[in-house]
Amino acid sequence: MSHDVTRDWIASIVERACQSGATDAEVLAVSTREFSVEVRMGAIEKLQEASSFGLGLRVLLDGRQASCSTSDVSEAAIRELIANAVEMARSTSIDDAAILPEPDSTDSEEDSPLLSLFDPAIPQMETREKIQLALRAEDAARSSDSRITNSEGAACTTIERNVLLHTSRGLGGQYATTQCGLALAPIARDNQQMQVGYWSDRQCQLASLASPEEIGQEAARRAIRKLGARKIQTCSVPVIFDAEASASLLRDLFEAVNGAAIFRRASFLVGQLGEQVTSPLVTIIDDGRLPGAIGSRPFDGEGCRTRRTPVIEQGRLHHYLLNTYTGRKLQLPTTGNAVRSLTGPPVVGVGNFYLAPGTFAPTEIIASLDRGLYVTDLIGFGFNPVTGDYSRGAAGWWIERGEWIHPVEEVTIAGNLREMLRGVEQVGNDLRFRGKIAAPTLRLDRMSVSGT
Amino acid sequence: MIDPVQFFTERFPLTVRDIETLLGAALSRGGEYADLYFEYSVTNSLGLEEQIIKQAGRAVEQGVGVRVLMGERTGFAYCEAITREAILQAALTAARIADSPREVGPIRIDPTQPSRDLYPVEWVVGQQPMANRIQMLQLVDQTARQADRRIREVQAGLTDEYKVVLIATSEGRLIGDVRPLARIRVSCIADEDGNLQSGVSGGGGRVGIDHFNDELLTRYAREAARQALVQLEAEEAPAGTMEVVLGPGWPGILLHEAVGHGLEADFNRKGTSAFSGLIGQRVASELCTVIDEGCLPHRRGSLNIDDEGNPASQTVLIDRGILRGYLQDHLSARLTGASLTGNGRRESYRHLPMPRMTNTYLLAGETPPEEIIRSVRRGIYAVQFGGGQVDITNGKFVFSASEAYLIEDGRITAPVKGATLIGDGPTALTRVKALGHDLALDEGVGICGKDGQSVPVGVGMPTLHLSEMTVGGTR
Repeated sequence: MSHDVTRDWIASIVERACQSGATDAEVLAVSTREFSVEVRMGAIEKLQEASSFGLGLRVLLDGRQASCSTSDVSEAAIRELIANAVEMARSTSIDDAAILPEPDSTDSEEDSPLLSLFDPAIPQMETREKIQLALRAEDAARSSDSRITNSEGAACTTIERNVLLHTSRGLGGQYATTQCGLALAPIARDNQQMQVGYWSDRQCQLASLASPEEIGQEAARRAIRKLGARKIQTCSVPVIFDAEASASLLRDLFEAVNGAAIFRRASFLVGQLGEQVTSPLVTIIDDGRLPGAIGSRPFDGEGCRTRRTPVIEQGRLHHYLLNTYTGRKLQLPTTGNAVRSLTGPPVVGVGNFYLAPGTFAPTEIIASLDRGLYVTDLIGFGFNPVTGDYSRGAAGWWIERGEWIHPVEEVTIAGNLREMLRGVEQVGNDLRFRGKIAAPTLRLDRMSVSGT
Repeated sequence: MIDPVQFFTERFPLTVRDIETLLGAALSRGGEYADLYFEYSVTNSLGLEEQIIKQAGRAVEQGVGVRVLMGERTGFAYCEAITREAILQAALTAARIADSPREVGPIRIDPTQPSRDLYPVEWVVGQQPMANRIQMLQLVDQTARQADRRIREVQAGLTDEYKVVLIATSEGRLIGDVRPLARIRVSCIADEDGNLQSGVSGGGGRVGIDHFNDELLTRYAREAARQALVQLEAEEAPAGTMEVVLGPGWPGILLHEAVGHGLEADFNRKGTSAFSGLIGQRVASELCTVIDEGCLPHRRGSLNIDDEGNPASQTVLIDRGILRGYLQDHLSARLTGASLTGNGRRESYRHLPMPRMTNTYLLAGETPPEEIIRSVRRGIYAVQFGGGQVDITNGKFVFSASEAYLIEDGRITAPVKGATLIGDGPTALTRVKALGHDLALDEGVGICGKDGQSVPVGVGMPTLHLSEMTVGGTR
C-alpha cells in the first residue's frame, strides 16, 4: 500500500485535522519491508518476509494533546483517526510546553543522501545470499573449535524503511534507510558446563558489515572462553568492562541524561550542567549525523534537524538530550533527539551515542591490571537512574598480574554510576559501532564484586 | 459478547470459505501444517503527570500472520490488510518454506468456541468513557501526594486493550478469543533535602477499566508513595552469599527466571537449556511444587485458548522437587511427540508463536511467615522487585530487589538499597528451607520478553526462605 503514501497525502491529513478543530497536527507514516532467515545446525529453520505500514497522527488543541495510530489507510479509517484524535485531545489538560517546533534556517532534508543511510545493494540481495550469510557465520563458529557442539542458530535480517513526516508548521520530509544484520549464538560444551556466546553486527551499508566468518568466530570465542567459569569470593577490586559491557553502561547513562528524567527530577544528574561529573578521560557524544551509522537520520521525530551534541566533554556535563517538549520544560533548545513512535507524544532517544575512544589497546589495559575482574557479560536491570545505584549480574575473567587466571560467572558487580564514571582510569582505542550505542574498553578503579 | 468469526467476516471482505482457500494456498508447496492468525486490537492510553492529563492516545492494530510448517522449518509472512488478496500474497510467501510434490486436498474448517470464558468483559468497539478515566488518574495523583509532603512528582498511566483473535488451522480448527487487558501504573518521586528516591506500583489483569475501583486506586497510589519513602531511609545493601527470605506475590519472579524460561520446550528440544534432559530429576527441595496455569479467571497471564488455538491448561513443572514437564507449543510438541500444554503465544500477528509462560506460581507451604523471619540470624528480606533475566544455557539468573530489609537476629531491621540477586536455576530451589502458608499472586503488571516479543504474564509465591543466595550489594 506504500505506493499511495506521499508527502502530499500526509499533508492533506494534517490539513484535515486542522480543519476538524486541531490548532496543530503532525503525521508520521512509516513503511517497512523486513526479511529474516534463521538457520540452525546447518539447516534453514525459519524464513520470514513482510511489508508493513503504520500511520500516526498527533494533534494539539491549544496545548491539549492526543495521538492516534492506524495501519489501515482506507478513507473510513483516516476519518475515524482524525475524529478520535481531536475528540481525545479535548479531554486532556492544557500543557504549555506542548507545542510543535518551528522551522529554522538549518532545517532541510537536502543533505539526507550525504548520510548514506540507504544502500541499494540491500534490497537487491537475493534470499539465497542471505541464507548463505547466516550459514557461513554459523559454520565459522562450529568449525572453529570442537567444543562448539550446539547452536541457538544464526540469523540474517534485512530491513528497508521509508519515513515520511509532515507538520502543520511546515517541518518534515522523507528519508529511506536500509539495514542488514547478522547475529548468532553458538553453544560450547565441556564435561562440566554449557555456555552460549552471542555476537552480531548491524549496518546501513552492506559493505560495512563484518564478514560472516569474523562474526561467527567471535561468537565462538565468546562461548569457549566462558567454559570452566566459577564464582569468586566477594571482594572490592578494579574492573575492566569490555567494549560490549561498556556500551551497556552508556545505555544506563542515557537514562540519566534524558531530558524527560531531568525535568521530572528523576536523574542523579539533575542540576549538574557545566560541572565535572566523570573522570576527565570520559567524553560522550550523541551524533545523529554520522554517515552510514544506524542511529543517523536527517531530521528527528518532530522534523528538527539532527546534530552532534557533546553530552560530556573531558568529564564536564555540557548537554542533556532533549526534544522540543523536554527542552521547553528546562528552558533549553531541543537537541534534535525527538523519537516518535506511531502512538504517543515524542520521547527522547539517542542518535549514535558513544564514548570517544582513548589511546590504550585493550590488551594493554588488561596487562596493566594487577588483580581484578574483566567483565564481558552483564545481565539484569539493576540500575536506578534517580540515584545512580548500580547492581547487575556479571560474567567474565579473573585477572592477576595482567594474566588471564580463570573465567568467572554467577557474581554481581555493584556501585553507583556517578562514582563508577568518576573512577574511569583508562579508555580503550577499540570503539566500533554495531548498533546505535557504542563504547570502547574501560577500566574502572573499583567496584564491589559479590560472590561466595 | 463478540463472536470472533462473525467479527472478522462482517468487518472485512472475507468468508469462512475464503479462509479455507487461503489455508490451501499456504500448503500449495507441500507444507505439512499451516495456520492463519487474525488480530484486531484497540489500545487506549492516558497519562497524568505534574497534576495534569498530559496525553491521550489510541492505537488500532489489525493484521494476519500466516505460518507454514515443514519438519523443523517454518515459513512466515504477515499483512495488515485483512483482504483475500493481501492474505493470499502472504500465504504464498510463507508457503515457499516447503518444496515437496505432496498434494494437499481441500481443507475444511469448522468454527468452535473455547470451552470457557475466563474474562467475560463487555466491549463496544469505539467506546471511550474519558471522564471516568481522568478521574481515576486524578484520584491516584491526589492520594499519592497526600500520603506525605515529601512526595514531589507523581506519574500515573492507564492502558486498556481489547484484542479479538481468530485462529484457523489446516487441521480444520477455527477458533477465536476476545481478550481484555488493563493496567494502571503509578510512580512517585520522594525528595527529602535533595535525596531523591522513586517508588513504583500498579495493577491490572484481563479486566475492563471498571475493575479499578477507588479502593484499588488508593492502594496503588499509597503503595508507590510508601516505597519511595522507605528508600529515603535505605542503607547500602550487603554483598556476598547469605540467607534470603522473599515476600509473597511478585517476588515469584524468582520462579519465572530461575526455572520457568529454562523449561520452555523450544530450548529443551534443541538441548540448549540448563534443564535439558533433567525430567524426573530433583531440581528443587521437596517443599516445592511449581505450576504454570493459563486458566485462572481474569489473571494477566490467562488465556481461554493460546495463540495456536489450543486450550490453556494447568501444567505441573516441578512436583515436590522433581522436574515433571516442559511448556509446549505446537511445533515443539509435534517434533518431540509431547502433549500440548496450551503455551504457544505470540506478541502479535507480526510475530511467530513460541512456548511461553502464562501465570507461574509455587504452591503454599505450612510455615507462618513470622516464623520464617524469626529463624534467620543474618540475611535479607526482599519484598519488591524490578525486572529479572536469565541465561538459559548456563542457567544463571538475576532479579533485582527494589525494596529489601536486613534481617538481624530474627528481626526485620533497616531498609537497604536496591540490589541484584543472582543464582543458578537448576540448583537455586534445592536451597528452599521453608515456605509460608501465604501464597499470593502478583498485582497484574508483569511483562515477559523473549526473542524480542513481549507478552503479559503473572507470577505468584508464598513467603520463601532460601538457605543461601548471592546478594549484589556494596558492603
